[in-house]
Amino acid sequence: MTHATWSKSAGLTVLEPLRDEPGPVLIALQALQEEFGYIPAEAIALVATFFNVSRADVHGVFTYYEDLRSTPPLANEIHICVAEACQAVGSRNLEQAVKTTYGEQVRDVFCFGNCALGPTVMVNGVLIGRATPAKIAAAIK
Amino acid sequence: MIATKVYVPGDSAAVSVGADEVALEIAKLAKAANIEIEIIRNGTRGALWLEPLVEVQIAEKRIGYGPVKVEDVEGLFEEHFLQGASHPLSINSVDELPWFAEQDRVTFKRVGLNDPLSMSEYEAHGGLNGLRRALKMSSDEIAAEILESGLRGRGGAGFPAGIKWKTVQDTQSDIKYLCCNADEGDSGTFADRILIEGDPFTLIEGMVIAAIAVGATKGIVYVRSEYPAAIAKLKAAIAIADEYGLLGKSVLGSHFEFTLKVRSGAGSYVCGEETAMLESIEGKRGVVRSKPPLPAISGLFGKPTVINNVLTFSSVPAIISEGASSYKSRGVGRSLGTQVFQLGGNVKRGGIVETGFGITLHDLVSGFGGGTLSGKPVKAVQIGGPLGAYFPTQSFDLSMDYESLLAAGGMLGHGGVVVFDTEVDLAIQAKFAMEFCAIESCGKCTPCRLGSTRGAETIQEIIDGRNVSANKKLLLDLCEVMTDGSLCAMGGLTPMPVKSAMINFPSDFEDRLAAKT
Ligand SMILES: Cc1cc2nc3c(=O)[nH]c(=O)nc-3n(C[C@H](O)[C@H](O)[C@H](O)COP(=O)(O)O)c2cc1C
Ligand code: SF4
Repeated sequence: MTHATWSKSAGLTVLEPLRDEPGPVLIALQALQEEFGYIPAEAIALVATFFNVSRADVHGVFTYYEDLRSTPPLANEIHICVAEACQAVGSRNLEQAVKTTYGEQVRDVFCFGNCALGPTVMVNGVLIGRATPAKIAAAIK
Repeated sequence: MIATKVYVPGDSAAVSVGADEVALEIAKLAKAANIEIEIIRNGTRGALWLEPLVEVQIAEKRIGYGPVKVEDVEGLFEEHFLQGASHPLSINSVDELPWFAEQDRVTFKRVGLNDPLSMSEYEAHGGLNGLRRALKMSSDEIAAEILESGLRGRGGAGFPAGIKWKTVQDTQSDIKYLCCNADEGDSGTFADRILIEGDPFTLIEGMVIAAIAVGATKGIVYVRSEYPAAIAKLKAAIAIADEYGLLGKSVLGSHFEFTLKVRSGAGSYVCGEETAMLESIEGKRGVVRSKPPLPAISGLFGKPTVINNVLTFSSVPAIISEGASSYKSRGVGRSLGTQVFQLGGNVKRGGIVETGFGITLHDLVSGFGGGTLSGKPVKAVQIGGPLGAYFPTQSFDLSMDYESLLAAGGMLGHGGVVVFDTEVDLAIQAKFAMEFCAIESCGKCTPCRLGSTRGAETIQEIIDGRNVSANKKLLLDLCEVMTDGSLCAMGGLTPMPVKSAMINFPSDFEDRLAAKT
């Protein structure tokens, strides 16, 4: 996934089509993140002025949702399912191994809906069932 | 000669174990051998243990091979799988495999059979029959038929869909909404995802029928962001439905208007709770609302709103086309119709099992599931997601229906059944339940927000063998406070996995230090 570089004018281009949406804050933040890969502090202020809501409100929404991030994506984004169905097939050990190897790049996720083929890991948007360290390594950039 | 049809699922579960590579390899080898084939990327038929399941159309039958790895494809060609020849991976006629033949597929009748985005295939397999019949009925008659069928909400709470619809129908308003809950946050559940990826028009048709019944003109499907493939498939299906006239200003040429949009979640479990979902759709923090008012009276943007789960809406077309009496002839007691069970975790044959309510836990887990994947004995089964109870094998004669599970201290939830082998430590699972609640709590109620953290600490004390009996008592007290003092089921039901673990697996909560000495 390649992302555009943030600028205020590029941000406005993303927000413009959402002008008439009811309750636009979350979709605006999601759209910005999709475009730029993250939500810079400046973008929060932009959303607030664009939709005429308080900055505190936008910030409140931003911090509530696990998906929304304030820093650009890393070279590799590894999301590992740590919920029960994957625990039942050894995700706790896999999680430890993956975190030891990839550290910061790993994020915990609760369920990809792949519960009959766990443990499940998503590497850079690609879903891996019956995941092993070797399968994950093969998907890393 | 007509090209042989070869089905290779494009469902994300199948793709997660290599279906895309298998499809490419089949195309490549067919081309090299100059054989004309048509590869259809269907959804999954739900036998996830067989994925990637490759099927070849031979006359009226679909001959299956699975699970197929890329390395197997060459051998399949050598053994003439395109003629349906035998092979170690062959399961012969897929429909005749007991795993499928013993199911009773109603809601999942079409899921995974064909190209999910082909409207002509959809219609050829009974699609739109329900809506066509609904268009000849009055809105009262539709709601009455749904009530009569006994259909209850499949998202977790099990509330009769017909009553909810009637409330919205009876509430006057300039605009009414439908919200489909596709947040599917429970670990061990994947039926919403598989249905959306494998037969999205059924969901759309069900929502259109509901819209006609209650007088709604706008609908939203809220899909969790962890399901990017489902979001993409649903958006594509909606575009086709718009084009076809199934959605839009004039549904199938009638005077009914209904438009549908997709909204993506943003990584919050509690946004599956219906009022938190409404807040999220309104662009706010996903904090649970107090009820009343009911969403049916004052829901999205303060307007009357029907909120139903994907499986609830998707059961509607079959009920309307086949009639309520056919649907309710299945099931037991007040749990009528079929339930789409989802077998996951440490299970040999996991996937979608749709049967009438009342199948025993044994028949699900040992029968369909074939026991554990690891081959070790089953120790525990968690039913109904992260807020559901852990049951031991002594409960295997339990009838899988709303009332029996409730009576046994559990709940059906969204129908997920997660199997654990003897490696599982139920004290650790109980601690996880508390930790999950602490992470996902919306923060409104103190017992949920703080009690869960205290709960996790207390269970750790028990695991570490400190003041075990005092801590067990403390934990039970804490569970009581959470049950009584929480606004929604997040805080209110987290005690269910915890207490069921303590009651059903007491040895995992014994004093571990004392046991060692
Ligand atoms: C914490 C929590 C999470 C929930 N998650 C979901 C979910 O992911 N999907 C769902 O359909 N219902 C979920 N529910 C239940 C909904 O609040 C609601 O009852 C349901 O969407 C209504 O639809 P139904 O009557 O068709 O089941 C959840 C409830 C709670 C308390
Ligand atoms: S129980 Fe928990 S999740 Fe539910 S409203 Fe209270 S704080 Fe929020």
